Amino acid sequence: MSAKPFAHPYIPNSAPAVKEQMLKEIGLGSIEEIFADIPQELRLKEKMNIPPALTEYELERHVNQLMNKNITTKEYISFLGAGCWPHFIPAVCDEINSRAEFLTAYAGEPYEDKGRFQALFEYQSLVAELVDMDVVNVPTFDWAQAASTALRMAARITKRTELLLPKNIHPDKLLIIRNYTSPDLTLTLVDFTEDTGAIDLADLQAKLGPNTAAVYFENPSFLGSLETNGQLIADLAHAAGALCVVGVDPSSLGVMEAPANYGADIVCGDLQPLGVHMHYGGGQSGFIATHDDPTFVMEYPSRLFGIAPTEVEGEYGFGDVAYDRTSFAKREKGKESVGTQTALWGITAGVYLATMGPDGMEELGQGIMQRSQYAAKQLASLPGVELKFSGPFFKEFVIDFSQTGKTVKEINAALLSRGIFGGVDLTTHDLQLEQCALFCVTEVHSKEEIDALATALASIV
Amino acid sequence: MKTSEGTIGKMKRIPRDHKVRRFHQAKWDEPVIFELSQPGERGVEVPRVEQEIVASVGDGVSQLPDSLRRKKRPNLPQISQFRVIRHYSRLSQEVLGADFNVEIGQGTCTMKYSPKINERFARSPKMAELHPLQDESTVQGMLEITYKLDLFLREVSGMDKFSFQPGSGTQALLTQASIVRKYHESRGEGELRNEFLTTHFSHPSQAATAAVKGFKIIYVPADENGYPDLEALKGLVSERTAAFAVANPEDTGIYNSRIKEFTDVVHAAGGLCCYDQANANGLLGITRALEAGFDMCFFNLHKTFSIPHACGGPATGAIGVTEKLEEFLPGPLVDFDGERYYYKRELKNSIGKVRSFYGVPPAVLRAYAWIRALGAEGLEEAAKIACLNNNYLYHKILQIRGASAPYIKGRRLEQVRYSWQKLTEDTGVTTYDVQRRMADFAHHYWTSHHPYIVPEPFTLEPTESYSKAELDEYIAALTHISQEAYENPEIVQTAPHNSTGHRVIESVLDDPEQWAITWRAYLKKTDKE
Repeated sequence: MSAKPFAHPYIPNSAPAVKEQMLKEIGLGSIEEIFADIPQELRLKEKMNIPPALTEYELERHVNQLMNKNITTKEYISFLGAGCWPHFIPAVCDEINSRAEFLTAYAGEPYEDKGRFQALFEYQSLVAELVDMDVVNVPTFDWAQAASTALRMAARITKRTELLLPKNIHPDKLLIIRNYTSPDLTLTLVDFTEDTGAIDLADLQAKLGPNTAAVYFENPSFLGSLETNGQLIADLAHAAGALCVVGVDPSSLGVMEAPANYGADIVCGDLQPLGVHMHYGGGQSGFIATHDDPTFVMEYPSRLFGIAPTEVEGEYGFGDVAYDRTSFAKREKGKESVGTQTALWGITAGVYLATMGPDGMEELGQGIMQRSQYAAKQLASLPGVELKFSGPFFKEFVIDFSQTGKTVKEINAALLSRGIFGGVDLTTHDLQLEQCALFCVTEVHSKEEIDALATALASIV
Repeated sequence: MKTSEGTIGKMKRIPRDHKVRRFHQAKWDEPVIFELSQPGERGVEVPRVEQEIVASVGDGVSQLPDSLRRKKRPNLPQISQFRVIRHYSRLSQEVLGADFNVEIGQGTCTMKYSPKINERFARSPKMAELHPLQDESTVQGMLEITYKLDLFLREVSGMDKFSFQPGSGTQALLTQASIVRKYHESRGEGELRNEFLTTHFSHPSQAATAAVKGFKIIYVPADENGYPDLEALKGLVSERTAAFAVANPEDTGIYNSRIKEFTDVVHAAGGLCCYDQANANGLLGITRALEAGFDMCFFNLHKTFSIPHACGGPATGAIGVTEKLEEFLPGPLVDFDGERYYYKRELKNSIGKVRSFYGVPPAVLRAYAWIRALGAEGLEEAAKIACLNNNYLYHKILQIRGASAPYIKGRRLEQVRYSWQKLTEDTGVTTYDVQRRMADFAHHYWTSHHPYIVPEPFTLEPTESYSKAELDEYIAALTHISQEAYENPEIVQTAPHNSTGHRVIESVLDDPEQWAITWRAYLKKTDKE
């Protein structure tokens, strides 16, 4: 049997007859002639060491074999959070974000990609209601990037260069902000109080100065504790001529006050809790919000989609607001940079908020608080196990195991063998939280699962 | 046989000889989502809290001090689930995704086929339900895939190690600039080497991200053939040179055959060489970053390696470096000890991090699957066909009245930046007019990044994913519009006619008194007549 001419299913013009016809039409003897400009010494001589092609069925079997080595948070009970959180995802979110129209689109124009513009304008508008502010951006990479950009915006607005951040920030987020704001801006960390986890106001006051561009804090903090002095912090920042930037978990905003109402000038956070799967950390997506003040709007690097009339009476149109701000228009003279970020997660967050509505967001916040308080109570009732901070928390809280005589590493290994992913070990986090762990409890956790954790821990410690 | 006219006989063959598609895009005239709100409706129920929990802790929210209790409910719309689905399904029909149109008009973006099987992998719970801080023993499959994609990209580029942390090309450019800074700082030259050399044809984010990292941007001009000018570069390098960053080919599709001389000049001055491989689709298995003298490079997995563009992310800019720069990469990196895959967290001079956790793992998984579906030979075939398709298109576009391709007359690799300068001079029809008219025939068409060095530009990149017949369809649409421009320019200038939307009154978008970035701002700023 002679070898049949082969065309790869993904490459239509690899069909030999077509290839030949095209070459003939353009007067080439072979494709090789196209590469004539590439010097021989730069040509790759050997074949790349990449395994031969698999058919679709072989590929399916191969990838599934590999991925089946993973154990998911649906198979084990998981209390991991720390910047990526398990939440209930209405099926409509996946239905919409898997539609090929959205999934395979990129950067069309407001007339033939109008649906993309409208869906993102609506996402901006829905998050705006949650944060009670009038301007929200097309999303950036993640919360850490949103915070980084919010801080750079504050530095440009105040024409100052010092940034104050809480010491209990997520260490990875600090690394990202540090890289993004260097070399021209300086970061100073503000202490937190040991009993509540809230910002140490005396330390903040001592560190505020005439060159402070912004005070950044989070509600809830990385360690789960709530910042109850938001207005005081904002007032202190404003009195020093600095801006107040607040990072927030949007899943809390059905029950918790919007930071704008306790003095935040710029608000940022992660959209992943709003209908996006964890995807091993690939679901993160950052948003930034401000009031509708041109001084602030003109400092966004992001695209901002606005609503506008069209030449047809009665038709909604959408387009870029103040496009000339961006690096697309002005390269290095624009504000920071803009490009591909996480638009699909923005659309998804919009679908989520439209589906949840005000009742859904309120019930979500309340249900999370009830479950997390229940979990904290069950764990803290175990001998030697204590809640680290005394203040209120939302969905995460720190458990101190140091009195149990066991390390968090040992405890988590024992939990893992029982089919439970325990809390994130904070021992390595440089926050003087030896043998403490951060537990995350949300609306996905049933009483049975929380009780299973408590029972397992009782037998381990 | 009885026909509708009642005659007996054979049905007439339906004539199908029109050259351009008689297209009409969906137009649903959907309200903005807030207008769908009906108080009392809801889209979904949230999980119920067990009574025992309520009995144990009460209402939960009383723990909030008054200062943190929400005073006013968020003004979100109240909509039943089916209506939410219809709204967003309708909006989706008003988007011309790559699965629907011959998406070759978004040059530089490498709009290729994103295989459906890969989408299934990415959406499987085995991917979607993983938490990034799980014990390494429970994610061995994902780590193996990450490690092997690193090995594959090393083959494609010649580099020694890849990080998949950057979430796009822009973030990869930022990562490159960050590594450049850290590298020179580690050698005590951080302050001295503050000049970053690049070109006008490079992506706007190239200069923009380097400026964020505090560099002074210096442009190497293009010579009369469209290449960066080597003599100019020689005059620009000095002890202040931090790096030279360039794509090859640039968006003109012209391969700079003297690239090694460029990297030699920069290295001799003590600078690093960064390769933007956004235009790598014609080079797979043909030529690599290493041999051309680059110290680092990055690939957009959402371009060359087929992951879907998703309306603009999530995506990945996979960054590869030579051995001497590995310790500067953002951490952690995935490694293999012969038995298990693990995270290497100790990197002596790491820039820290650029994105949370490990980047966008579903993108890594899709790219891995794509490469396995092609193999080494398939990758090379993809590159070759992408170049064949481009040269076929190039040959045909140059036959269209009013179109040209500035710079060299020889072959181009995987894309070409064309110009309608002649068409505009002759007819007054601009590239923006053509752009809007192309939408009437179901085609995306993108002009070019700024600044418009090529006048009235448009950039086409056919990739390997489209058949000859589809390329011919795109060419026929451009030919048709050129003819319209010469005979009836008004129809082009008043386009689009068959698209979802019409021309937007853009002046309001630049006026702070009128712009409305959210629905609530719109309601505040407008009066109902």
